[in-house]
Amino acid sequence: MKITGAKIFIESLLKEGVDTIFGFPGGAVLPIYDALYDAPIRHILVRHEQGATHAADGYARATGKPGVCVVTSGPGATNTVTGIATAYMDSIPIIVFTGQVPTPLIGNDAFQEADIVGITRPCTKHSYLVKDVRNLARTIKEAFYIATTGNQGPVLIDLPKDILNAETKFEYPHSVNMRSYKPTVEGHIRQIKRMADEIVRSKRPLIYAGGGVILSNASEELVVLSKTTQTPVTTTLMGLGCFPSDSKLSLGMCGMHGTFRSNMAITETDLLIAIGARFDDRVTGKLDEFSVNSRKIHIDIDPTSIGKNVRVDLPVVGDIKNVLKKLNSHLKHVKKDWKKDSKSWLRKIEKWKRTYPLVYKQGKSAIKPQYVIEQIAEITKGDAIYVTDVGQHQMWSAQYLKFKKPRTFLTSGGLGTMGYGYPAGIGAQAAFPKKTVFVISGDGSFQMNLQELITAVQHRLPVKVAIINNSFLGMVRQWQQLFYDKRYSHVCMANAPDFVKLAESYGALGLRAKKPDEVKKTIEKALAYKGPVVIDFVVTKEENVYPMVPAGKAIHEMLLV
Amino acid sequence: MKHTISVLVENKFGVLSRISSLFSGRGFNIESLSVAETMDTTVSRMTIVTRGSDQIIEQVTKQLNKLVDVIKVNDLTEEKFIDREMVLVKVDTEQAVKRDEVLRIVEIFRCKVADVSSKAYTIEVTGDEGKIKAIVDMLKPIGIKEIVRTGRIAMTRGSKALKE
Repeated sequence: MKITGAKIFIESLLKEGVDTIFGFPGGAVLPIYDALYDAPIRHILVRHEQGATHAADGYARATGKPGVCVVTSGPGATNTVTGIATAYMDSIPIIVFTGQVPTPLIGNDAFQEADIVGITRPCTKHSYLVKDVRNLARTIKEAFYIATTGNQGPVLIDLPKDILNAETKFEYPHSVNMRSYKPTVEGHIRQIKRMADEIVRSKRPLIYAGGGVILSNASEELVVLSKTTQTPVTTTLMGLGCFPSDSKLSLGMCGMHGTFRSNMAITETDLLIAIGARFDDRVTGKLDEFSVNSRKIHIDIDPTSIGKNVRVDLPVVGDIKNVLKKLNSHLKHVKKDWKKDSKSWLRKIEKWKRTYPLVYKQGKSAIKPQYVIEQIAEITKGDAIYVTDVGQHQMWSAQYLKFKKPRTFLTSGGLGTMGYGYPAGIGAQAAFPKKTVFVISGDGSFQMNLQELITAVQHRLPVKVAIINNSFLGMVRQWQQLFYDKRYSHVCMANAPDFVKLAESYGALGLRAKKPDEVKKTIEKALAYKGPVVIDFVVTKEENVYPMVPAGKAIHEMLLV
Repeated sequence: MKHTISVLVENKFGVLSRISSLFSGRGFNIESLSVAETMDTTVSRMTIVTRGSDQIIEQVTKQLNKLVDVIKVNDLTEEKFIDREMVLVKVDTEQAVKRDEVLRIVEIFRCKVADVSSKAYTIEVTGDEGKIKAIVDMLKPIGIKEIVRTGRIAMTRGSKALKE
């Protein structure tokens, strides 16, 4: 029996186990939306296509399954670019289906035509323009395979309208075999053996764990490695959640706004074990002075990440879970008193922790932003999915939240996309309707995608958003204060909507806290409410994020207050 | 340092632009590029000549390998290889003396005259970089009206072949 391309689209998604998609209809995808009308797939109607991509991204980060979105051609497609680039930078598997004008019109400057494959080429892992309906099912199968294997990432499929209407027999391939795409999964066994030897020899080892650990679902293996060898763990922004915050071996985040102990440990370690981290400039600071006393091991699924910024002594390409399992089984048989040998190194780290812990002073009159985040952490006890936007609140969240499990901290690390948080929170909540999803945003960031409030209300997604409202684009203001002589150029956000009234007009609950003693109550009230909540936390205006490594400085040269 | 890289790719639309945007997106320059089908018509072979430090070339080859449509990448510079380029040169031969001079050069370099008219000869020459440079240098003083080059193609020496 022959069915249409649009039906093939639906059937293929069902074969991939997709039950939720995020989208926005339009002319070129009318056949898809007609097929969706009675398909057993939940469609979350966003209010801007950027929201659809961020929601699919949040869904993917929270679940580990690929997120899917559908948009129309032209402006619908171009609106997805920021979301795709966000997912690309953080290696998040999403599949973006874009409508396209009918094949005979492609290249004709037709109505709502955009060369979206061309536009997104540098920010997708791969992309397809389907020109024959007979290739559609195989293309979708390949797209899911490519997005979720190797170094994961976004894949775009451009669907001309005539292909969606054309008919063919539906046969979904069972497997994918592409001669040009064979990611290395198994780590090289001799390299792994060498790695074990290095760890045994090291006196001051340090694990530097990144988002790759979470993407590879390797948190358990990481904990085993750290525990067995008594190796402390510092994580990148993307790695937060991959190692329990309450562990004695957890140093918190490293880098520009990392903890003092993390950055000092990186500077003084004799063996830096990078796992699924890519030596980003926000982590390394001045490259010439980055961890100069250490030999370096780097485990990563992506060969291009290895040796890109920092020379590595022992590279291992492979899936992190796979590599760590093998490494752990090697180390299990090593006869060494790890506890005794690590004592003086761990004591040194403990001293750094005591000398310069994260600090702020909460007075009686005005709310400090850090206090809000610490209260959210305390009340939710690490049992929520935390989502952030980008800026000061993001760094404070990274510093003050406490994590128990991976996939509970969703943030745009690589691209640093303001406006990511709220729609990503919607995606996470759609995946886990019963869990608490707490978005921590800023007054600047929230305004970049606040149209999605109505999406949460319509689809009964009880996302809580805490706006850390300092009436500034705080992070930019901080840089202007420190490096531009306090010339606050266009960072004042005092002209803002009344967020409580705004929430109410959308049908959500709006709350506000202005005094420190209101913070706890307000959070509890928000959590007790069954629907979406917007909380406006009016905080002190000119608080800075510390520690801070100024751009171009070595990471041990931190500004501490 | 100059590197000659052979790349086997899927013979599909859009692949060339993926490769070229990989270079342009990182500010790397392509000195020459030639592409055509192989024996297997679903596979195309590219020869890319580029310049860069060891670190840049390592990134280039890794990034090429990372592209989904790329089947195989081989930096020929690491081994012994032969390379050839074909060039068509249109030389001004309005004066009779020039014609004689051009013919002599053609004979010395063992290339051929591909087209003749009353005012110009078009020379077809195939060779490695050195030979091409030498003949172009000889023809320049006579008067080159137009020149077109295919870009380099290259292959390893010996019996080893680049396969999928």
